[in-house]
Amino acid sequence: MGKWTRRAFLTTGALVGGGLIVGVAIRPGHRTPKLAELVENEGETLVNAWVKILPDNSIKVIVPHAEMGQGVHTVLPMMLADEMDADWNTVSMEQAPAHEEYASNDIVREFALPGKAPGIVEDTLKGVTLKLAQQMGLQITGGSFSVRGTGTWGMRTAGAAARELLVNAAADQWGVAANQIRAENSYLYHDQSNRSAPFSALAEAAAKVKGSTQPTLKSPDQFKIMGKHVERFDIPSKVDGSAVFGVDVELPNMKYACVKCAPVFGSKVSSVDSRDAEKMNGVIKVVNLGAGIGVIAERYWQAKKALDKIKVTYTQPDIQALSSADMFTQFGQAMDAAVANGDEEDDYKIGNARSVLSRSSEVIEAEYRVPHLAHSTMEPMNCTAWAHLDQLEIWAGLQNPLGIRNLLADEFDFERDQVVINNVYLGGGFGRRAMDDYPVQAAKLALALPGVPVKMIWSREEDTQQDFYRPAVMSRFKACLDSSGKPEAWENQFVDKHEPVEAPTLPYSVANQYIHYVNSPTHIRFGPWRSVDHTQHAFFTESFIDELAAKAGADPYQYRYDLLSNDLRARSVLETAAKMSDWGKPLPEGWGQGIALHRSFNTIVAEVVDVDMSNGKPRVDKVFCAADPGYAMSKDGFIAQMESGIIYGLTAAMYGEINIENGAVVESNFHNYKMLRMNESPDIEVEIINSGTDTLGGGGEPGTPPIAPAVTNAIYAITGNRLRQLPINKHVIA
Amino acid sequence: MLEITVNNITHQLDIEPDTPLLWVVRDELELKGTKFGCGLAQCGACTVHLDGKAIRSCVTPISAVAGRLITTIEGITPISESIAPDEPKQLHVLQEAWIEQQVPQCGYCQSGQIMSAAALLEANPTPSDADIDIAMAGNVCRCGMYGRIRKAIHSASTKLEQINPKAEELELAPIASDQEQETDNG
Repeated sequence: MGKWTRRAFLTTGALVGGGLIVGVAIRPGHRTPKLAELVENEGETLVNAWVKILPDNSIKVIVPHAEMGQGVHTVLPMMLADEMDADWNTVSMEQAPAHEEYASNDIVREFALPGKAPGIVEDTLKGVTLKLAQQMGLQITGGSFSVRGTGTWGMRTAGAAARELLVNAAADQWGVAANQIRAENSYLYHDQSNRSAPFSALAEAAAKVKGSTQPTLKSPDQFKIMGKHVERFDIPSKVDGSAVFGVDVELPNMKYACVKCAPVFGSKVSSVDSRDAEKMNGVIKVVNLGAGIGVIAERYWQAKKALDKIKVTYTQPDIQALSSADMFTQFGQAMDAAVANGDEEDDYKIGNARSVLSRSSEVIEAEYRVPHLAHSTMEPMNCTAWAHLDQLEIWAGLQNPLGIRNLLADEFDFERDQVVINNVYLGGGFGRRAMDDYPVQAAKLALALPGVPVKMIWSREEDTQQDFYRPAVMSRFKACLDSSGKPEAWENQFVDKHEPVEAPTLPYSVANQYIHYVNSPTHIRFGPWRSVDHTQHAFFTESFIDELAAKAGADPYQYRYDLLSNDLRARSVLETAAKMSDWGKPLPEGWGQGIALHRSFNTIVAEVVDVDMSNGKPRVDKVFCAADPGYAMSKDGFIAQMESGIIYGLTAAMYGEINIENGAVVESNFHNYKMLRMNESPDIEVEIINSGTDTLGGGGEPGTPPIAPAVTNAIYAITGNRLRQLPINKHVIA
Repeated sequence: MLEITVNNITHQLDIEPDTPLLWVVRDELELKGTKFGCGLAQCGACTVHLDGKAIRSCVTPISAVAGRLITTIEGITPISESIAPDEPKQLHVLQEAWIEQQVPQCGYCQSGQIMSAAALLEANPTPSDADIDIAMAGNVCRCGMYGRIRKAIHSASTKLEQINPKAEELELAPIASDQEQETDNG
C-alpha cells in the first residue's frame, strides 16, 4: 500500500509541464503524476484526484461516474464545491477517464463498511479499498452508490482538503494564522488586514503544503450548495438535441452494423447462408459473432435490410425449463425439495419460527410470483468501435467503463492501455448498461474490419430479447399471529438470491423469523434491474404483511406503525406518507388507498397510493412518497429520482412481463412489452426527510420497490382480491 | 435523386427510397437530435414535424416526404447562422419550460417529447390535461418524467399567452430570414 510522503508532493510539482499540483489530499501513495497525465491540460492545476483550479479561478470537478439522468454529473460537483467554498457559477465538470486511477474505491469502501469509520483507520481503508476496486476493474455507476460513496468519501473530503490547502498557503504567504482566513466563492480573505486573493493565485503555493486526509467537513447548517435546488449541467443539451449519446457518435468514414443473436440463450450459430444479403446495396461484410450474426454496411438501413435476408440455423442448447410456466414448476419443485431434504440456504434467522408455526392453531400461507422483466432503456444498446493504430477504441454509454476496458483487453488480446473507452451520455441505464455484451459485439465487428470505425445499433426487438433480465421469482410465506394480532412467527422461502443481501428482510419487529432460499437457475440470463432483488422482495413482504394486517382486522398503516417501535426512523417515514396522503380519508365509491414501506440502498421510502377502480380497471390517481435518505444532497435531483423510480416500478407493476416460450423471449417491442404513458401516469408528491448526514442513502433505486405492493394493497382494499402475481393488468379481477 | 426540405434547407439525396426519414435526418443530414427508439412508431423518440404536424420518422419512408417541409428539434430553435457562436442560444418557449421544470433525466426521449408538445401547442395553445394526455400518449419516457412534462407544457402555454394573447399570431417555429431565402432558392 502506498504511503503519504513529502517527496510525492514536491516531485509532483516538477513533473507536470505547465500545470501545478496543489496536493494529493485524498488518496494515499505517490500517484498524482499518473493522474496528471490523464486529466491535466496545459495551464490547469490539479488539486487532487477530483478537482482542478484553472488560471481564470474557475473550478473543474472530475466525475468518475456515468450520467444516465440521475444527475450525478451535477450533484458530485455540488458536494465538492460546497466543501471547497467554491463559487458555484464557475464550477464545471468533466468525465474521468476509464482508468485504474479512477476506480471506484469510495464505492467499495462504502460497500464494505457503510457509515463513518474510526478516523485512525481511514487511511488504511482507502488504500485497501482502492486496491480492491482496481483489482475488480470497478468504475461502476450503480447500486445507488455515487453520492453516498464517491460523494461522501471522495468529493466532500476532496473539497474540504483542497480548501484547507489553500487556506494554509494563504496563511503562509500573508504571515497570519490560518484560522483568521476565510474562504468564500473561490476567494480567500483575511479581514483584519483587508487582504484577499483568488484560489488560483494560491494554487502554486498550496502545492508545498501537505493535505489532510481527515479534513473537517461541514455540518448541514453550513451547507451553501448541498441540499439546495441546483439546475443540472446536462439539461440544456438535452432540450435542444445537442447531447451526445452513444448512438450519436460520429467518426470519419464510419460504417453501420446491425446484429441478431440466437433467440434462445446458450445457442450458437451452426450455419449461415448470407449469399443474398451480401449482394445487397451497401453491404460490406457479414460477421459471425458466435451467438449471432452481424452485418456491416455503408448505411444503417442497408445493414438492417440485409440482416433480415440472412438465413441462420442455431444449435439447440440443453434446456430443462423451456417456458415461463415450466420455470415456475421448476421453482416450486426446488422449493419443496429443499424443505423436504433440509437443504434450505439460510438467509436470516432469529428465534425459532418453525417450532412456533408448528404449534400454532392457524398458519397463514401465501405464494407470490413475479415474472421476468426487461430494462427497455429508451436508447437501444449500441456501441461504436474502431480498431486502429494498435488500439481498440470504444464509444458507448457504459455503467462500468473500466470493467469493460479490462474485459475487452483480455478477450481480444490487447494490453489494457491499448483499449480506449470514450463514455458518453446513457439513454437510460437501470442496470442494463453495466453489462458487457454489446461492447464485445461491437469490438468483434470492428476487428473484422480493421481501420474502419463501425457503429453497431441494436433494434428494439434485439434490445428486448437479448437483455439480462430481472429474474422470475417465486416466494412463499407462512406466519402466525399472537393474541393481539401481531406476527409471532414469519417464514419466507424464495428462489435465487442475488443482491443486496438484505432485500428480503423486514423492517418490522417479529420475534421469530426464518428466511431462506434455494437456487433454481434457468437459462435466462440475470441482470441487475433498478433496485435488483429489492424490487421483488418489497412486493412479496409488503403484500404479505398487508395480508397479516387484514387477518388481524387491523388498519394496514396502523399495523405497520405498531410493528416499527424498534425502528423510529422507518416509523417516521411511514407516518409522513400517511399524513401526506390523509390516510383513511373519505374517497369516492370504487376508490381505495394502499401503503407500503421498504428500505433499500440505505434510504427508507414509504408510498401511499390513491387508486380508482370505479370503472373496473385500476388507475393510480396519486402517489404520496416520503423518503429518508439521511440527507438529499440535491433536493430536486432526489425528488426527480423518486418520481422516476415510482414510474419505473409502476410500469412493471401494471404491465411488465417477459414471457419465455420454446426457450425464447416472446415480447419484442413496445406494442407487446408495454410502457406506462402520460395518460396513465399519476401525480406524484414527494417529501424528503433529512434525518442526518451520518448515514447517507442512495437515490436512484429506492423509489422503485414500494410502488407495486402499495398499488396491489390498494386493490385489495377496494375489491378484497389479493394480487399475488404481477403484472396487475393481467391478474386483476374487478 | 430525392429532394427534401428539413429545417428550411433543401437537400438533394441519392438514397434508397424506402429509407426511413429518421435515418436520413440522423445520418445523411447529421441532425442527431431526433432519436431511434423502436422502429415501429410505438415510442415517439423519433418525432419530427411534417408540414407542422407531429409524425414518427422511424416509419416514414423518405420517398413519402419528398418535397414536403420537415422540422426537427434542431429547427425549432430560432437560431440563424448570423448569430455569433458565443451569443447565448435562443430557445423555444417549450425548451425554456423544459429547463425551468428540469424535465429531462437521461434525456433520450426529450427531442420527441418537445416535438409532440410543439405540435400540440401549435394546434391548441391552451391545452387541458386531457388534451395533453391525448397528444403526448405516443411518447414514452422511460425515466417517467410525465408529471414534469405536463407542468412544462402548461407553463409554456401560459408564457405564450402572456407574450402573444392572440392564438393566430403564435409562431412556434420562428424562421430566420436568411434561411427563408435559402428555401426560396432551393
